[in-house]
Amino acid sequence: MSEYSKSPLRSNLGRVRGLGSAKHGARHWWLERVIALALVPLTVWFMIALIGHLLGAESSTLQEWVAKPFVALTLAALTALGFIHTRMGLQVIIEDYVHSEGIKIALMLFKDACIFILLAMALAGIAKLHFSGIIKWLM
Amino acid sequence: MPRPQDNRPLSPFMLGPYYRFQISSLLSILHRITGFALAIGLILFALWLWSAAYDEQLYLDIMNLASSIVGKLFLFGWTVAFYYHFANGLRHLNWDLGRGFKLDEMAASGWVVIAFTGSMTVLTWVLVMKKLGAI
Repeated sequence: MSEYSKSPLRSNLGRVRGLGSAKHGARHWWLERVIALALVPLTVWFMIALIGHLLGAESSTLQEWVAKPFVALTLAALTALGFIHTRMGLQVIIEDYVHSEGIKIALMLFKDACIFILLAMALAGIAKLHFSGIIKWLM
Repeated sequence: MPRPQDNRPLSPFMLGPYYRFQISSLLSILHRITGFALAIGLILFALWLWSAAYDEQLYLDIMNLASSIVGKLFLFGWTVAFYYHFANGLRHLNWDLGRGFKLDEMAASGWVVIAFTGSMTVLTWVLVMKKLGAI
């Protein structure tokens, strides 16, 4: 007999879903924290690189930098996590201040469109800088 | 069709005439404002990486814009926003561990965040100006 059957106040469906009145569990909250924590070293690393040698640099300098595997991977991680963190933050702002259901859904979709288009642009940029940097280095 | 739950009263906004001014509420809304400012900054971040790879002219335009007075003002604003959001985010993570909730601890950590933001912003811009040969 499972331990759940001792709790007669939950319906079978509710038990299967494992969700409370918020319709989801603590996953979103936890993910926000994990991503925020990961962004601590990633943003420090990026700020040091930015101040150290990227500010006002030519695109060829940026290419040389991103050609390094560690840089490409770390920059991609920073980009992906930074955008996801931003998406979660914007979601909470919209939820808190926009009370009309229609406008809320429209803004949520607009936010997602912006986030994913910009994320794709940044990642595509990193990928091309990385591989063209490597090709240049090989030649 | 308006539902009854749509007309429920909201608690008053934390800043304004309804509550006595407190450092906690100011720092709280600043976290959101700086986060939003950084979200706008991501547009520049994405265009910067994209253009460096695919569009040299756009990259040069972005560099020119960034080094203009208006561009520097925006970059300065994003520097403040970044250090503030970074430090206050660590403050939040500490709260998430269940620590630092006493009123005096909360106020003290708030002042630490303000001091960190100010000093790191100044340090960053001194380094940047030195690098650009402005000082």
